[in-house]
Amino acid sequence: MSENTEHKCDCAGIHLDIEQYIQKHKGDSGALVQVLHYVQERLGYVPKDVQVKVAEILGVSLSEVYGVITFYSLFRERPRGKYVISICQGTACYVRGAPEVLARLEKELGIKAGDTTEDGLFTIEVVRCLGACGLAPVMTVNKDTHGRVTEDKIPSIISFYRAQAEAESSQVAGD
Amino acid sequence: MALVTLTIDGKQVTVEEGTMIIEAARAAGIDIPSLCYLKDINVIGSCRVCVVEVERAKTLQAACVTPVAPGMVVRTNTPAVRASRKLTVEMILSDHPYECPTCPRNLNCELQNLADRLGIRRVRFPGVKEEEPVDMSTPAVVRDSNKCILCRRCVAVCEKVQTVNAIGPVGRGLDTTIAPAWGEGLGASTCIMCGQCVLVCPVGALYERDYTEEVWEALGDPDKFVIVQTAPATRVAIGEPFGLPAGSISTGKMVSALRQLGFDRVFDTDFAADLTIMEEGSELLERLAKGGPLPLITSCSPGWIKFMETFYPEVADNVSSCKSPQQMFGAVAKTYYAKKIGVDPANMVVVSIMPCTAKKFECQRPEMNDSGYQDVDYVLTVRELARMIKQAGIDFANLPEEDYDDPLGISTGAGVIFGATGGVMEAAVRTACEIYTGKTLDKIDFEVVRGLDGVKAASVDLNGTTLKIAVAHGLSNARKLLDSITSGESEYHFIEIMTCPGGCIGGGGQPIPTDTEIRLERIAAIYEADRNMPLRKSHENPAVKELYDTFLGKPLSERSHQLLHTTYTKRPRHGTMVCKVEPEVCELEEAAATSTVADGDDS
Repeated sequence: MSENTEHKCDCAGIHLDIEQYIQKHKGDSGALVQVLHYVQERLGYVPKDVQVKVAEILGVSLSEVYGVITFYSLFRERPRGKYVISICQGTACYVRGAPEVLARLEKELGIKAGDTTEDGLFTIEVVRCLGACGLAPVMTVNKDTHGRVTEDKIPSIISFYRAQAEAESSQVAGD
Repeated sequence: MALVTLTIDGKQVTVEEGTMIIEAARAAGIDIPSLCYLKDINVIGSCRVCVVEVERAKTLQAACVTPVAPGMVVRTNTPAVRASRKLTVEMILSDHPYECPTCPRNLNCELQNLADRLGIRRVRFPGVKEEEPVDMSTPAVVRDSNKCILCRRCVAVCEKVQTVNAIGPVGRGLDTTIAPAWGEGLGASTCIMCGQCVLVCPVGALYERDYTEEVWEALGDPDKFVIVQTAPATRVAIGEPFGLPAGSISTGKMVSALRQLGFDRVFDTDFAADLTIMEEGSELLERLAKGGPLPLITSCSPGWIKFMETFYPEVADNVSSCKSPQQMFGAVAKTYYAKKIGVDPANMVVVSIMPCTAKKFECQRPEMNDSGYQDVDYVLTVRELARMIKQAGIDFANLPEEDYDDPLGISTGAGVIFGATGGVMEAAVRTACEIYTGKTLDKIDFEVVRGLDGVKAASVDLNGTTLKIAVAHGLSNARKLLDSITSGESEYHFIEIMTCPGGCIGGGGQPIPTDTEIRLERIAAIYEADRNMPLRKSHENPAVKELYDTFLGKPLSERSHQLLHTTYTKRPRHGTMVCKVEPEVCELEEAAATSTVADGDDS
């Protein structure tokens, strides 16, 4: 009840293709998961205004939409960061020090697993086994894989992506 | 339908095909306990308390979702069944707060009773007890998810019976809660505060907002003149918490108890119900003469009003502008009556005893202060009144019968039947017919609109003109009539809608339990109370006549409009989400934005 007391509708922010996709399933309550999946893929999360659209157009209640979003861990209520750090806490990684690596990540970024930094750059996610136990402890940053990470390596890894983001944004500004 | 014979605990039982074991057992006099099962409404087998042994089944079966089969052999009380039920209830108790003595459902709690029945004296599992804040965001219904056992009865009632869908399961596994979307309170949701969820909650997770302390304080204040009104449906239910059988008419005892509690005057909402009929009946005749808007829909039920404002704002013009009887009473009490007895309305406190939780919301609506003050100060449900009577040490069952005070305690049988589905319609027909035709009705019992059918329809002959009427109770039933209005197919002139199944006798503020059998008993009592009244038509109420003669003038007069009528507010369908842009405009903007969308991801 804390942060969610005021919501401003942001209809114009809904992408047209999303609107069209939802419209294709008008009145079809059975398509709820499929539609939410599309939105999740497209935006990386399901914003509140889209939840309302989905509810109205599919003819289901908002509580059902919200129930489904909170039931499946695939769906997110908030946007994810530019870099999603998935840190494995599977057995092999765990015994080779993954908890320490996670703790350092959380400390360096000032957020908890599952959260996103305020600047929108990083999201930490805990995963169970990435199938690369030979590289344990392992983590991925978007599509890059980092093997045999130790907590000491964390600051430099973070700096690398921060620099990359800065370079990209200055390039865009330069254009 | 085909019949099936099976054996339950050695007894031969014959029931209809498709019957669940739990119902077949009940028919055989065997009570299988359950926490989630609610006949026809919540049949999901989730609590696992109702497990039984079925011969040749590999595992214990949930009796509420297992249909009977020919020759089936069921055992409901074996060591395995007892051990399983005990384990299940212990696990439910492991994260349940042990606050029984201070819980509003203490001594009337299904979980407490079940733990006792199963002989649980120790819970083996120390569960983690969550500390969620209690949701006090509405003036009517309180939600304490710490006590919730996730049975989902409330969700089922809200969805299937009322089609409001204010709450649902959020999250999964141990973290699941039953809540409105986005972690908001009920006050920000579509909740209409009908309290049907409160009636079915097996524990103290949903309950009425208690105003007894405020009322005690007013009663103890010598400067306050405290008057009370009692809704029609309260008199046939207030006896139940004191051990009287369902369907007992306790009008006189209730009046007596209220006097003992210290109210300065004990009045009857039935008086205001008669007044409502005068206003609403006149409104109907006026609309018939003018040609619309029709159908006219009743406005007595505050849950229905909020439902209309949320889901059917397009029928707002069809809804009678009449305030509900409770609010008419408050407005008349703090003007006409205050002046009559020389009491400053600033010092007058109006308390309502209601079968309803939504009335608490209604009395706090900003437009309900036409007397210059909040017209009704406090609404107590029947459960809260019972609590006060117990606190005062009054032996309710043995109270003498007393009469209401004059003049706002004078009423007719037409007023009392407001408490049952179809009652407002019947009362209106009694008056409208006589006023319209100028003739006295031979038969005033209008049985076709009585009873528990979801939608009831009839035609009334008014000197050759046919008045087509319909009655719905429970908002899923109301939707059927409303959809026919919005599609332009409705042929009715007058529609009564009551929020709760059975009407107010089944209201969310009534004693727990309130089930179909109890509803029927209370309905029978309402019509008996009507038959016992010397006057049975609203327009014959002498106190109402005097009110018009000396104060209001006539129905629909300027003063009537000022005090007794109201307006409605369109409400958002998705809580606090405010859509500032009209949909059409919105689509145009999106179309214009297409080019930027094409290359931008996650923007």
